[in-house]
Amino acid sequence: MTTTTRIERHHYDVVVIGAGGAGLRAAIEARLAGKKTAIISKSLFGKAHTVMAEGGAAAAMGNVNSRDNWQVHFRDTMRGGKFLNNFRMAELHAKESPQRIWELETYGALFDRTKDGKISQRNFGGHEYPRLAHVGDRTGLELIRTLQQKIVSLQQEDKRDLGDYEARIKVFSETTITELLLDGDRVAGAFGYYRESGEFILFEAPAVVLATGGVGRSYKVTSNSWEYTGDGHALALRAGATLINMEFLQFHPTGMVWPPSVKGILVTESVRGDGGVLKNSDGKRFMFDYVPDVFRKQYAETEEEADRWYTDPDNNRRPPELLPRDEVARAINSEVKAGRGTPAGGVYLDIASRRSAEEIRRRLPSMYHQFKELADVDITAEPMEVGPTCHYVMGGVEVDPDSGAAFGTVQGLFAAGEVSGGMHGSNRLGGNSLSDLLVFGKRAGGHAASYTDQLASRPKVPVGAVEDALEAALAPLQRDTGENPYHLQQDLQAVMGDLVGIIRRESELVDALTRLAELRERVAKVSAAGGRRYNPGWHLALDLRNMLVVSECTAKAALERQESRGGHTREDFPTMDPGWRRVNLVCALDGDAVRLEHKPLPKMRAELIGLFDRTELAKYLTDEELADFDARAEEAN
Amino acid sequence: MGNKREFRIWRGDETGGDLQDYSVEVNEGEVVLDVIHRLQATEAPDLACRWNCKAGKCGSCSMEINGKPRLSCMTRMSTFEEAETVTVTPLRTFPVIRDLVTDVSFNYEKARETPAFAPPADLAPGEYRMQQVDVERSQEFRKCIECFLCQNVCHVIRDHEENKPAFSGPRFFIRAAELDMHPLDAKTDRKQYAQEEQGLGFCNITKCCTEVCPEHIKITDNGIIPMKERVVDRRYDPLVWLGSKIFRRGETPQSTANSAGKGSVVHSGARQTGVHSHAGGSGDPAAEAQAQQGVNWHREVPHPTMPAVDDRGRLPLTELTFDRAAAPSPFGDDVTFPLPPEHLNFAHPSQDDKPAGEGDKH
Repeated sequence: MTTTTRIERHHYDVVVIGAGGAGLRAAIEARLAGKKTAIISKSLFGKAHTVMAEGGAAAAMGNVNSRDNWQVHFRDTMRGGKFLNNFRMAELHAKESPQRIWELETYGALFDRTKDGKISQRNFGGHEYPRLAHVGDRTGLELIRTLQQKIVSLQQEDKRDLGDYEARIKVFSETTITELLLDGDRVAGAFGYYRESGEFILFEAPAVVLATGGVGRSYKVTSNSWEYTGDGHALALRAGATLINMEFLQFHPTGMVWPPSVKGILVTESVRGDGGVLKNSDGKRFMFDYVPDVFRKQYAETEEEADRWYTDPDNNRRPPELLPRDEVARAINSEVKAGRGTPAGGVYLDIASRRSAEEIRRRLPSMYHQFKELADVDITAEPMEVGPTCHYVMGGVEVDPDSGAAFGTVQGLFAAGEVSGGMHGSNRLGGNSLSDLLVFGKRAGGHAASYTDQLASRPKVPVGAVEDALEAALAPLQRDTGENPYHLQQDLQAVMGDLVGIIRRESELVDALTRLAELRERVAKVSAAGGRRYNPGWHLALDLRNMLVVSECTAKAALERQESRGGHTREDFPTMDPGWRRVNLVCALDGDAVRLEHKPLPKMRAELIGLFDRTELAKYLTDEELADFDARAEEAN
Repeated sequence: MGNKREFRIWRGDETGGDLQDYSVEVNEGEVVLDVIHRLQATEAPDLACRWNCKAGKCGSCSMEINGKPRLSCMTRMSTFEEAETVTVTPLRTFPVIRDLVTDVSFNYEKARETPAFAPPADLAPGEYRMQQVDVERSQEFRKCIECFLCQNVCHVIRDHEENKPAFSGPRFFIRAAELDMHPLDAKTDRKQYAQEEQGLGFCNITKCCTEVCPEHIKITDNGIIPMKERVVDRRYDPLVWLGSKIFRRGETPQSTANSAGKGSVVHSGARQTGVHSHAGGSGDPAAEAQAQQGVNWHREVPHPTMPAVDDRGRLPLTELTFDRAAAPSPFGDDVTFPLPPEHLNFAHPSQDDKPAGEGDKH
């Protein structure tokens, strides 16, 4: 066995795992606080999945409609999450996102502009006013590039002041962390490997920020890249932290289902915001049949009214194509199940017949360009075939809303972005994730820095833990009798896609748990052919363990929650149950096994709950909560 | 179901490797990356290949397909003939790590050397006001997904490892152009920087970078040429630099021209002659006489001078109206080779060691 003394070691104050929007923003903050910061990136620097975000970043700047403010944004977010959101996170997010967006301009970001030269904002599903700062349909790329370039500029400062670009902030690209190392309950470091060389690397650091993104690679049809294997979720669990809301996965309603070269690729909601409509195979614009009661007041009832909204939003209600994502996904699913889908199992998204080719190309340039090049589909000439695609996990590490510090037994662990849970409740609004990255990335980075300041002693990495991590990492290479990791991944994707997908039922979930238990046995024996140098088979073999434990959390929580809400739809419990709104399902590890607990949701402060109409609250709250609300209202009068 | 197609994929590492033949199932509507994934899942689980978004947005899966630099996620199988063998090799300009994965750290080093956006001192966050028409020029360059295909195809560094230290490449020329055109960037010397530090002068506008750009950024026309045109006011152009290294008839030389590395002192505009001509075949009796005595390596040669510009102050780099299809000769179109020896200006290395006083001041 390789001795642990020969492993490359680095000492940092803050180690940020993940180099997407949240990770980079956290690293910038930690570095600005004077901490020596490492950024661990599973891919090359600047390739993170954040580049895929198209629509924009939601922030109530009020540039396009001056009636917008943080209270309206907060309301929209809570509504979108079906009131299951951590209210404090939604509040901080709504309040701070304009500052975070403006800050990006000082880093060099170039958003699209309004006529008076401010940042332009666009409409998006679930947002009452035009709110999404955007750059054409490549906002995510702009965000990641801006943060990347800010980090470079900080490195240039360090080069000037200290003589070394990497004196205080360094990017470890193509590096994967496989284990967090603890000193008692305190984070002491992280162990991983360079993908390029297969050499191991050990970071000694008292604070770790997880910003690893989501879990979509456990699903068959997904918009997520290979990196999205739930690493951060699994690292947190194994370090003693807890996960919440894991049953809530967002299936983006409009992913391409045909042709295969673009299967899973998202068609941005802006296509619908800019006039695109959904039609079934009979040519019917079916979304009017799927407006739920809670939304009926805000959405148009006729095609005529809906069509007027695009030009006169103040005097007309919005088209039902712009309902929150879960509603649209469910509607498409119902149409397909009723036999009114396309041959490839989707529905048609038609913008070609509704806007001129020139206008489509101008408003949706990369959408047009992408489908033309990837699949030879001309969206200005023919409708697209779309269907639900696994897109985002609302659930994640349970954190303190203000600091991003992980709950559970562990100290010194922080999480931000998709890997953290609570902010989006049961369903995320489009555009809220880019601003979430910035708001909570900054908070997590800042609090990780101040956490290291108040430590009396630096935690020490235990030698035994390093040896164990090293052995676990090498194991798949040393076995030659186990299964091919790619087959195991396909099997896992089949279980999750077929049995824990968009519509769930008890029998299937029970079945899924049995199959996941079988898979766990097989994954434990996985073997990878080849050597350590840039061996994707080996990398996948190591990721499988994370995908599996996170899938177990999702399946368990999905079985437990007996209602339908946001990104969790139970066929056997089709309605929302106010009782369940008060409950978070919390996952932790007991040894190897996932343990599930009920935990009450934090109670919203009076001035925040006062922002809502009583009639609206009545759809979500229990009678007991409503009585409490009325009593307060009475008191206030 | 799909049918079998023939692939040749380069397998190996920095110590060497070769093309290996694979016969793979290909289905309708697939791209090359789909096929590589199928290979990984079947007969070559350790085939190394970078990819992320599989949607042409992250720029990770750059490789050379049938010799052409492409994103493999954007290369449809339907663009090949049924019977055609598809050859996939790693990017040639960067060192191979393994199989299709190359070491692209060159690009990150160059990125780090390019000065960052300088925010205006007098504006607080939220006070930035810019017009859409003004940000659009920079936005074109910010579409860049950093696939580095332009860097890979640029012949200044493709097969010319020795040029890499002095040359940043098209990706970073458009980064400089983007900042130069940013309405609020507080730094004013982006053009000079591109010329002096990034090696913009090496580029002779063959447009290979523009051709391979998957984002269709007009790298040459909208980025490089505007940067070149404007730096000409202050600096000099490679064509002129090369031309000026050749003895010019009818002009008294000032001092020895130095190789145009950074830091060389070049006085521009002092002695502008309008049209620069190069000594082709010689008809000059004095030069012929000198040639009889052999080459005087220590003779003085003229200073670099500015090229002729038109009345708008632009270089005559008129690609649209140029009278031939290919790029002009970097030595000038009035030069025929071989040059007469007396017109050569080879600076022998030992010359630098000579004491000053013979006219070869550096």
